[in-house]
Amino acid sequence: MHTVEVNNLVKDYGAIQAIKGISFNIDQGEIFGLIGPNGAGKTTALRVISTLLQITSGSVKVLEYDVKKNPEEVRKLISYLPEDAGAYKNLTGRAYLTFIANFFTYKNTKEMIEKGITIADLEDRIDDKVDTYSKGMKRRLLVGRALMTDPRLAILDEPTSGLDVINAQEIRKIIKDITRAGTTVLLSSHNMLEVEYLCDRIALISDGIIVERGRPKQLMEKYNASNIEEVFTKVVQ
Amino acid sequence: MKSLNNIIKKEIKELLTPATIIPIVVMAFIFGSIGTSMEGIQEELEEKPVIGYIVQDTGDLVTLAVSIIDNRSEVVFNSTNINDKSIGLEQIGENDGMALIVITQNFSKNIHNNKMGEIEVYWIMKGAGIMDSISSETVEQLIGSINYEISKSLIEENSTINATIALNPSNKIDTTYFKGKEFNRLSPGIIIGLLSTQSFLFPIVMMMIIIVAGSMVISSMAMEKENKTLETLLTLPVKRTSIVTGKIVASAVVGLIFAIIYMVGMSRYFSGLNFSVQELNLADFGLALTSDDFVLMGISLFVALISALALCMLLGTLAKNYKSAQTLTFPITMLALVPMFFTMFADFDTLPLALKALVFAIPFSHPMMAARALIFNDYLLVVSGIIYVTVFAIVTISIVVWVFKTDKLLTGSIRLKKFADLRKHYRSR
Repeated sequence: MHTVEVNNLVKDYGAIQAIKGISFNIDQGEIFGLIGPNGAGKTTALRVISTLLQITSGSVKVLEYDVKKNPEEVRKLISYLPEDAGAYKNLTGRAYLTFIANFFTYKNTKEMIEKGITIADLEDRIDDKVDTYSKGMKRRLLVGRALMTDPRLAILDEPTSGLDVINAQEIRKIIKDITRAGTTVLLSSHNMLEVEYLCDRIALISDGIIVERGRPKQLMEKYNASNIEEVFTKVVQ
Repeated sequence: MKSLNNIIKKEIKELLTPATIIPIVVMAFIFGSIGTSMEGIQEELEEKPVIGYIVQDTGDLVTLAVSIIDNRSEVVFNSTNINDKSIGLEQIGENDGMALIVITQNFSKNIHNNKMGEIEVYWIMKGAGIMDSISSETVEQLIGSINYEISKSLIEENSTINATIALNPSNKIDTTYFKGKEFNRLSPGIIIGLLSTQSFLFPIVMMMIIIVAGSMVISSMAMEKENKTLETLLTLPVKRTSIVTGKIVASAVVGLIFAIIYMVGMSRYFSGLNFSVQELNLADFGLALTSDDFVLMGISLFVALISALALCMLLGTLAKNYKSAQTLTFPITMLALVPMFFTMFADFDTLPLALKALVFAIPFSHPMMAARALIFNDYLLVVSGIIYVTVFAIVTISIVVWVFKTDKLLTGSIRLKKFADLRKHYRSR
């Protein structure tokens, strides 16, 4: 059984068709990258799989659950990190992680919070209000929040957005590590080096359709490119 | 200079938006309406009151009193027999009149003997709002005129009557009939004063709770969107109904805490203004609320607050950010102000049918009207109000939960598919 099965997915916003029938599967423990230019439909696809947006047609399954029919069951399995996500400003970092952990009463919440604190790595600042955090600190807290729940599927939209090189490297390492523990990752990124380093497989999406897919190495060979950025440019142009 | 103009133009464009213009226009309209109402009050005060009278006395001063009544009022009943009182009250009621004046036996003789002459006034009170007190005021003015003219006559005649009686020759004894009850020695003005807590305090406090708690819910939704926390919340393993209920209950609790604070402050404010008649107590006239009444009032307040918050939550789903949330509180403010003014100025029973329907339809009206209705045992209005508001709250919460289950909360477009299809259809033509 695939962790994610997307079949002929279509998503309309009124008269605008953001996704025009895409299909792909992601296997357990795999890091799958969805890449494409701005407005290609990446975030819409991630939001549909995260149960935030309704499906116009087609189907999406996360493990045995259909996103349309069983969104509440799907939410127990996933963790979504939006690109521009925020945290409650009046809470401290620790209080925010505790607030989130309390929705997962069927898991060990104490362990979960400690894991979140470790990933966020904010040291003493974890007990300061979120309002006082820098952009990078907020992102670290949010990555900690997204990964502390040990999700079966982590949906990460630009996970290292706003982070400096060292912090971004650390987060990439954490993402790699969680897949070893069985978590599947679906991510979107504009950073092609990140995609090349992290992803087992990628799909290039442009104007709502998948125009290319495969392993980064295979694609580089196919397009005679030295990196994924070149592949991306050749495919999209 | 060009740069300055550029900045001024940009600032004006940003400041003059529908969000800033509409509240000002509506406020201007409200004040205009209040002004028009005041003109109406003035006209009503100038109109002759519809009354009836029974004159039991045949003395010289009665002739003067009757001539004043005939000149300054529209008389629909007159008699010399006190036994006709019931018939008189019936006829006055049929003619939408407001009082039966009885000039008692020995009225003139008593005054000439240095005793006050007695005038009994039987009031037919229709409502307990401020506007309802205007009609009784015209009759009070008529009695005052009788007193004044008799006093003037006595002084001009150089009579031997002592100065106190000459200056104040008659004594008015009031009996008021209101909502099936008889109130001895109380005029409508005093009853309206006694009911000031029910007429003023409760509507104002209710209005404040709705606006404050409602703003909190709308802002909470707007902040979730502005701070980008909503998407995360919606992907957590929590039921949409729990999110909606949690936000409503939290705001209701804070709203109720604010209500208590406001209630304490406002009651001090009203006692400071001496709005109520201090030496009289509602309970002395059988107008006290029982413990069951308080339970009904509590239920009425609770369901109205929940329905208000559900409505605010629905509006909050439309908010894009904190600034737009401020604009969205405006319809709620209007919906809270309208019943507040109606409760203060008029009585539900005396409103025209269309206004009755409007006031009943606004869910926030019911707790504002509940206290006064319960005092007069109008359980039908209170219980039907509770049922209506409960249904309103359930329907509104269901709509909110539906919005939360769709992606309209994130895309911000609450548009029915049918309308979207229609639009597509017309575009294609």
